[in-house]
Amino acid sequence: MHPTDFTLRGAIDALSEGTISSVELTQAHLDGIAKLNPRLNAFITVTAEKALAQAKASDERRAAGQVGALEGIPLAIKDLFCTAGTRTTAGSRILDSFVPPYESTVSQKLLNDGAVFLGKANLDEFAMGSSNTTSASGPVENPWSRANDPDTRLVPGGSSGGSAAAVAARLALGATATDTGGSIRQPAAFCGIAGIKPTYGRCSRFGIVAFASSLDQAGPVARTVEDCAILLKSMAGFDPKDSTSADMPVPDFAKACERGVKGLRIGVPKEYRLDGMAPEIVALWEQGLQWLRDAGAETVEISLPHAKYALPTYYIVAPAEASSNLARYDGVRFGMRVTEPGSDLRDLYERTRAAGFGAEVRRRIMIGTYVLSAGYYDAYYLKAQKVRALIRRDFEQAYADVDAIVTPATPSAAFGMDEKQDDPVAMYLNDIFTVTANLAGLPGLAVPAGLDGQGLPLGLQVIGRAFDEETVFAVGRTLERAAGFDALPRLRAGA
Amino acid sequence: MTYTIDGRTGPWELVIGLEIHAQVISQAKLFSGAATEFGASPNSQVSFIDAGFPGMLPVINEECVAQAVRTGLGLNAQVNLWSRFDRKNYFYADLPQGYQISQFAHPIIGEGAVEITLADGATKTIGITRLHLEQDAGKSLHDQHATKSFIDLNRSGVALMEIVSEPDMRSPEEAGAYLTKIRQILRYLGTCDGNMDEGSMRADVNVSVRKAGEGFRTRCEVKNVNSIRYVMQAVEAEARRQIEVWEAGEEVFQETRLFDTARGVTRSMRSKEDAHDYRYFPEPDLPPLVLEQDWVASLKAALPELPDVRRARYVAMGLSPYDAHVLTLEKETAIFFETVAKGRDAKLAANWVTGDFFAALNRMKRDVSDPPVTAENLGALLDLISDKTLSGSLAKQVFEAMLETGKAPGEIVEERGLKQVTDTGAIEAVVAQVMTANADKVAEYRSGKDKLFGFFVGQTMKAMQGKGNPALVNEVVKKLLAG
Repeated sequence: MHPTDFTLRGAIDALSEGTISSVELTQAHLDGIAKLNPRLNAFITVTAEKALAQAKASDERRAAGQVGALEGIPLAIKDLFCTAGTRTTAGSRILDSFVPPYESTVSQKLLNDGAVFLGKANLDEFAMGSSNTTSASGPVENPWSRANDPDTRLVPGGSSGGSAAAVAARLALGATATDTGGSIRQPAAFCGIAGIKPTYGRCSRFGIVAFASSLDQAGPVARTVEDCAILLKSMAGFDPKDSTSADMPVPDFAKACERGVKGLRIGVPKEYRLDGMAPEIVALWEQGLQWLRDAGAETVEISLPHAKYALPTYYIVAPAEASSNLARYDGVRFGMRVTEPGSDLRDLYERTRAAGFGAEVRRRIMIGTYVLSAGYYDAYYLKAQKVRALIRRDFEQAYADVDAIVTPATPSAAFGMDEKQDDPVAMYLNDIFTVTANLAGLPGLAVPAGLDGQGLPLGLQVIGRAFDEETVFAVGRTLERAAGFDALPRLRAGA
Repeated sequence: MTYTIDGRTGPWELVIGLEIHAQVISQAKLFSGAATEFGASPNSQVSFIDAGFPGMLPVINEECVAQAVRTGLGLNAQVNLWSRFDRKNYFYADLPQGYQISQFAHPIIGEGAVEITLADGATKTIGITRLHLEQDAGKSLHDQHATKSFIDLNRSGVALMEIVSEPDMRSPEEAGAYLTKIRQILRYLGTCDGNMDEGSMRADVNVSVRKAGEGFRTRCEVKNVNSIRYVMQAVEAEARRQIEVWEAGEEVFQETRLFDTARGVTRSMRSKEDAHDYRYFPEPDLPPLVLEQDWVASLKAALPELPDVRRARYVAMGLSPYDAHVLTLEKETAIFFETVAKGRDAKLAANWVTGDFFAALNRMKRDVSDPPVTAENLGALLDLISDKTLSGSLAKQVFEAMLETGKAPGEIVEERGLKQVTDTGAIEAVVAQVMTANADKVAEYRSGKDKLFGFFVGQTMKAMQGKGNPALVNEVVKKLLAG
């Protein structure tokens, strides 16, 4: 077995049995990166030397009897997480040379548990995008391709496209990601892997470059539901440095994966049956529900009457917060600065931000500035906040009756790199099934469940109650086991 | 009587409201652990949060919240158990995040009221609209380099309280008295040092004018006035400007102005048309601020005595309302006075503190927190007066010597032999000498020239170098002259 074929769980076991060392495991992944990253562009920065040093230190700790929960496990870190001493770009030119002097809480927790960092994963600029084509470091390619059209390069989804592509192509055993409107679940689904956006507040946002503060949430992507559970256990937990992080105990998520679904009531929101949805997606959804019924769950139709307003609500709230969060990139203290002789302050701002931000980021800053402006605030931002409260209430009412909700993860499989690029609204529709969980702050898990007619992976989504990731993992693991998803992308390490 | 300014068209009334920015006394900033000490070298008290680095998040400093609540209680104001922070968005080089975290829609403190005392002894109640917490910006230094501006972020993120008054003031004096009162209350509470020179307290002054009986006319805001005297001057200057505008048949436009202290006039800073659109929205990095009623109650129970209460207590001790007012203006003065008065005659103590002691402070340009005579020594001096060791005039001499040497009064009395002579025999001897030397005057006195009595007393005191007990000298002179 090639070392990159391990699941994260499998690698933990192999390391503890001594059949492989962290240095060997890390080197195998670095070899894969060296071979495939020039094409996939999943990593912006590869920290090979640091990774091998960390792996060596991990092997030494293990020899000394110190074994963390992720001891020696090589991971990719989305380049939105600040990493002390390692360049962190957020996929933007404006942070092209930014080296943070501090470590994000989530990545620090992973290091504390013994993880090895292979490098920084590509992403849409400031996590804004659904195709990983807006990165200043160039687009990421999905390691999967269509059976009948292998030459068309596909997007990995976004914004955590680099994280998902790296894990799918076996360039990392798992990766950190972030999800503001679907940025974990959509790329996971497009790349045939699992990914969970936990409950808002489950993971600290400290040290993660902010996109939309009330929606952003870190989570893992990995090749199995259990691997996600193991990673989330290490990433989650209260952080006094993030006032929105939840002071709650972190349960044993991996154990919850094996709970089963017997007796659970699974909600099926009728509003998610969209007109013109691909028949393959509808069929997979039906299949998933049948698997759950076969495993002893009951499926119930529910209504989320305000879900149809979720996307427009999201595209007001998220840009509004982003327009403010991104104001700090002004060329004054860090990052890019563009001036001309005689530039005044305003000129410095304009030149720096025009040169530093890409088109999608500029568009969202402008939308956000507009919806917060005097005279428009009530009609847009305030209205969106009210709708957001109604969406949250829809879920609360639904969860009085059901234990989890199952939906498709995305309205389609991965699309071509040149598709949808000139129509932002078509691009935004990628998030239609995922944004509600962000607006309501709920955990959402994407599970690979099948293939479309062209052999591309499709995912299902499990949405749970706030802080009930355990049920989400139980349902996700049941779907995963029933689906027996074992297809492999064409581009992968060790192949 | 209403204060008015006479224009060409007759008298105009003034309407004034103040927004006071008061820096909270705290070890750390409002949302970061960085220090807040004044005068540190530039950019030496800056955390990554204060500098707006990527991924940094604010965490509220509980002590700053407690200070705001204490202040609210001191202003007799409503404490809102639920409040919220908002972002005020604008670009400036010394505003690292591109927004200021403030409280716009839901301030921590609601309506309150304070009583001001005017020079004629009249009092007036001024309404407080609200008090909210916000973070300060950094400082831009434009005079350090020919073509560059320098930024000092030490102040960035320091907690400020913005205290907004109702438009209840009607004269420069009232505006000055109000600012004085707020400063006094904050200093008593220990929530702001009130040091306007160092910028830890500054005021935005809203002024409009009107004819008697009218509603409010358009107001202008004079920004960042940094002394009580300038506030009073700015009110007057801005009111006169507006009167001229109205009387020229023009209209006053709402705008932000600056007070030019050198020329004593206000100048336009920006008009409403190009005013910022701050795009306020709820700060998503901070949950709403929820206070427990019990916690507020515990802060209330631990509040220090406030100036109004202290003043009433002094009046009850027998002081005049004026002395009580003067002695309570500054907490340090009140503490000094109470140390002097402890176990002694309060009225005598008040006379000495407000009289010779204040005069000495003025003359020596010293402050009550750094007095040239300690309260203990001044108290000891009063004891020497009470037990008749010193006469009033001797006490003044001893006090002067205490100012010069810093020594205790007892020591000075010993050293210089300034002790009052109460020995009748000794006084009689001196008086006898004086009579012998002035036999002609004695004869004149005895023939009916009563006015010469003072001459003999004076000569006796002079001969005794002022140390004779005045009452006894009088008595002895009278007796011996009578023969």
